[in-house]
Amino acid sequence: MGEMIKMVVVLTLLSVISGGGLKWYEEFTKPKIENEEMKLVKGPALLQIMAGAENNPVEQRFKVKVADTEQTIFVGKFDGKLNTIALETQVNGFADKVGLMVAINTDNNTLKGIGVTTSKETPGLGGNAKADPSFAAQFKDKSIDKEIKVTNDGGEINAISGATITSRAVCKGTMQAIEEYNEIKPQILEKIKSLDK
Amino acid sequence: MAKSLVAEFTKGLWKEIPPFRLVLGLCPTLGVTSSMKNGIGMGLATTFVLVCANILVSALRKVIPSKVRIACFIIIIATFVIIVELTMQAYAYTLYLDLGVFIPLIVVNCIVLGRAEAFASKNGLVRSAADGLGIGIGFTLSLASLGAIRELLGTGSLKGDVFGMLPYDISNIFGTSFEPFAFAVQAPGAFIALGLMLCVMNLIPSK
Repeated sequence: MGEMIKMVVVLTLLSVISGGGLKWYEEFTKPKIENEEMKLVKGPALLQIMAGAENNPVEQRFKVKVADTEQTIFVGKFDGKLNTIALETQVNGFADKVGLMVAINTDNNTLKGIGVTTSKETPGLGGNAKADPSFAAQFKDKSIDKEIKVTNDGGEINAISGATITSRAVCKGTMQAIEEYNEIKPQILEKIKSLDK
Repeated sequence: MAKSLVAEFTKGLWKEIPPFRLVLGLCPTLGVTSSMKNGIGMGLATTFVLVCANILVSALRKVIPSKVRIACFIIIIATFVIIVELTMQAYAYTLYLDLGVFIPLIVVNCIVLGRAEAFASKNGLVRSAADGLGIGIGFTLSLASLGAIRELLGTGSLKGDVFGMLPYDISNIFGTSFEPFAFAVQAPGAFIALGLMLCVMNLIPSK
């Protein structure tokens, strides 16, 4: 009996100390990691889908509250107007979460483009969602009012061969981002208006 | 029976060098050695985890009940692995992108768990630290040499730095007409390079 209690106590204590310590360390490194991500992962993807922007979308960003979390919105300027926003979302892929950057033209409700930011998908198969730009290019100029699906499911996106799960995940993630955008659209538009001045 | 501290340290460098003599920890050995830079980064990350986990396991060896020792070791090791992961993300993000999933996988690296179980749980603090450091440096040297061989054959040059410091750059060591074996930096090249290294190591007696 005594040994039983000792086992429970030791394991619990170890877990608590380790969990608490890690939480503290995570808080400590969080701003630094966010900066690095912005610079090395989100930045390049963002600049790629917002190619030709007249401002720097990486710097022109703000946060909007969605339910309990905060979503970072990037704003791009095209033809002299701040008419494109991008937001990031995560979706379950084949191996792990796939990070997606989705840019939406707020004037005519079309996709400006999408880009994969983080992915651990199989190189050569699902990894091509990130490595091969021709897959992501299919999303460009698609209307956000229609559901985006792969051809297998009756949509218009040609799936990457050998990586149906990843392709579906990217479509799902895009829809997720669009949904989120529709939810917070009034706040975004208001914020952009104040930025425009 | 008791060996000197120096012997505990140096055994990891040659006599029990993990991938080549013990043939342990092959997953990262094969996975990340496509360049010397990645090899060194992975080796140093593992060394940090090894030393810290060895010290803590050794310090707690009288408190940890033997029935749940493996669970306790895993908690300790996982904690340090996450520290490494977060630190690497914060200060060496490009290296983190290269090493990817292999950093979290240090948790189940049999070298780390093996040293905790076979050495640190039976020996004192200082000796455990020396053992961890020795094995860790041995592992780093193995990964670095394997990475260097593959990078040299695969690209014809060695380029990189260690955590932003100590940059090295050796280009075109085989002359400009050298046609690189792209094969050497791909996955199958890892097996062949490792096989050759094992062969060389077996030609040299361990004592």
